[in-house]
Amino acid sequence: MEHLEQFRQDTRQWLEANCPEDMRQPMRSDEDQCWGGRKWVFASEGQQLWLERMAAKGWTAPRWPSEYGGGGLSGDEAKILSEEMSRIGARRPLSSFGLDMLGPALLLYATEEQKQQYIPDIIDGKIRWCQGYSEPNAGSDLASLRTKADDMGDHYLINGSKVWTSYADKADWIFCLVRTDFDCPKHEGISFLLFDMASEGVSTKPIKLISGTSPFCETFFDDVKVPKGQLVGTLNKGWEIAKYLLTHERTMIGGFGLAGGGMKGMGQIAAAKRGTKDGRLRDASLRAEASSFEIDEMAFGLTIERITDETKAGQGTGASSSILKMYGTELNKLRQELYMAIGSTDALNFDTDSKGALVRNWLRSKANSIEGGTTEVQLNIIAKRILGLPA
Amino acid sequence: MILNEEQQLLKDSAKLLLSENAPISALRAMRDAGDDHMPELWSKMSEAGWPGIVIPDAYSGLEFGYVGAGVVLEEMGRTLALSPFLSSAVVAASLINQLGSEQQKEKYLPGIAAGELTAVLAADETGFFDLSTIETTASASGDDYVLSGTKRGVIDGHNADLLLVVTGGDAGMSVFAVESGAEGVTSKTRLIVDSQRAADITLDNVTVSGDALLGSLGGASEAMEFTIDVAAACSAAEMLGISIETFERTVGYLKEREQFGSKIGTFQGLQHRAAQLFAEIEVSKSAVLAALQALDANSEKRSVLASMAKAKCSKVLRNATEEGIQMHGGIGMTDEFDIGFFMKRAAVCRQAYGDYHFHADRFATLRGY
Repeated sequence: MEHLEQFRQDTRQWLEANCPEDMRQPMRSDEDQCWGGRKWVFASEGQQLWLERMAAKGWTAPRWPSEYGGGGLSGDEAKILSEEMSRIGARRPLSSFGLDMLGPALLLYATEEQKQQYIPDIIDGKIRWCQGYSEPNAGSDLASLRTKADDMGDHYLINGSKVWTSYADKADWIFCLVRTDFDCPKHEGISFLLFDMASEGVSTKPIKLISGTSPFCETFFDDVKVPKGQLVGTLNKGWEIAKYLLTHERTMIGGFGLAGGGMKGMGQIAAAKRGTKDGRLRDASLRAEASSFEIDEMAFGLTIERITDETKAGQGTGASSSILKMYGTELNKLRQELYMAIGSTDALNFDTDSKGALVRNWLRSKANSIEGGTTEVQLNIIAKRILGLPA
Repeated sequence: MILNEEQQLLKDSAKLLLSENAPISALRAMRDAGDDHMPELWSKMSEAGWPGIVIPDAYSGLEFGYVGAGVVLEEMGRTLALSPFLSSAVVAASLINQLGSEQQKEKYLPGIAAGELTAVLAADETGFFDLSTIETTASASGDDYVLSGTKRGVIDGHNADLLLVVTGGDAGMSVFAVESGAEGVTSKTRLIVDSQRAADITLDNVTVSGDALLGSLGGASEAMEFTIDVAAACSAAEMLGISIETFERTVGYLKEREQFGSKIGTFQGLQHRAAQLFAEIEVSKSAVLAALQALDANSEKRSVLASMAKAKCSKVLRNATEEGIQMHGGIGMTDEFDIGFFMKRAAVCRQAYGDYHFHADRFATLRGY
């Protein structure tokens, strides 16, 4: 305990000295995130310094082993770091699918050589990764994917296409599910490949969403050569890695359900906008809905904490990521609905300036319960894997 | 946010004691005999020391804290065990411990801890747990006080030895420990839906001595807030247990019952509702544990978390018991089948110590809107 108290003091001091002022301001929108990668242009000197300083300590990946540049922190230490960061409102230094999705899978399934090659660049934010999972005819039924990798002796040749590839146009590398065997049950002929998006034959086309933004792409592979050393795990056993990675993706997306750090609560935002009468939010129906929302939001945040603690203590259940994903995304959709209600008719503005962010975020949030496995898929997983209901 | 070893052991032993001594069949037998409480179960619980769980060691309690009380209540919820544990050993004991002088604590707490003395909070006059408009008065008469007023719907109030009567008026809120047999105290009981009795208690110029006043005259507000938090968080723990048990029984039925040539649990329409409910119960578990821990730590978030937990668990319990009946179909509506008992107790727990609306409103107020 003494050690942890010392760690808290040291961490607090270090953060005070090293977190730039502009990195302690709440993020106004997704635009304020730092994604890193070869093409990244830092929004400010503070953003760059913050990433470099945190990466140097391995604190972009606090719990990853220090031999690959991670923080090497224990669960308790990582919790303290996160608490101390929220205490000063510090932003996450790096948003990254490498951190949230690929890295944990590499640590479990990759060869030592692969770990040495890929993990440090994830931690430092030097390579931005994207995820090649969904295809035009493989959405909820992901395992029916048909992008193929032909064995050409010293390399694989990739042909096919992916869809809903988040930020494919901005990413440097892709972790990609490909079919390496067509003559077997669909789950058994899938492999997990890594390759450079700058490879010849890769092209991307952004998809414009109802929100007017384009966070997703169509991605095409036309005779893309991939060295064999870039296969992760065993040939045709990629589905296991894919599923493991999905649990991390779900947990990440479930985090959308959390209250934003440093943000005021829904009720207070509503009271400020709509006004109060005798100290209460003027509109009784809105007050009731805000309070119901905040109760769920708080209980959900505590659930993430509890599940994290249980996992740390070895009591976790694998399917809990489905609960978090389902609950968190439904909660975030409700949050956006309430922001719209509170925003009045002004909230309808679709201008490209910051005023339009509200309605665009609301529209964008409708994808939350679709991306990373729909709410219905999560409910299937809970029903079958946790409750053991018959097929 | 996990139970420590001692708390887990307590939970396991509670489960054992209750499954042996208070299965649903015991509740059914009690009801069929026309009784409204289970004195033998209370003796067993007292032998195990449970009534002393939140009471300090100095007053012969176990000083095990509110998380400990919560795990016992969760298990009690699972078997629908009827006892004065929550009303006397947790809520009333907490109020006495908050407000009482050394002498008063010496006088009451060891008896409560032993399960020999039962006390009950007599605060509500509205039926809505609205404590802002208490009309029961206490007027000084020499060294004595004279109490007058009516308290509504005090569950198991007719069986308690001691009433913690809350008075209002210009002086502010005060609490008096009044023996239920005192002259001028009358109670009228009514059978409520879960086979217990609720008492409407009238105090008609009841004279009590000065040492019946817990704390100072008009000085009970803060202790009452703490007591509301205790009642809300601990009642939420009991409701959580009812939700879990109802849910497990319902899922068991989905795996058993066949219609259209298949187990009904294969139907996606039911699977999704069950999965949804499971997620809600998982979320309410965290709400309860956080609220109980905040009581033990007496943290500044105590009241917000307590009202959050009570509101959340009320909602989830309503959902769990409704789905419990619906998914059992016709048999769920029969008196012969046990699932209905869960819905009936749920109705009482949901309203006791402030319902969903009370706590959602209190939550909003505490959060500044």
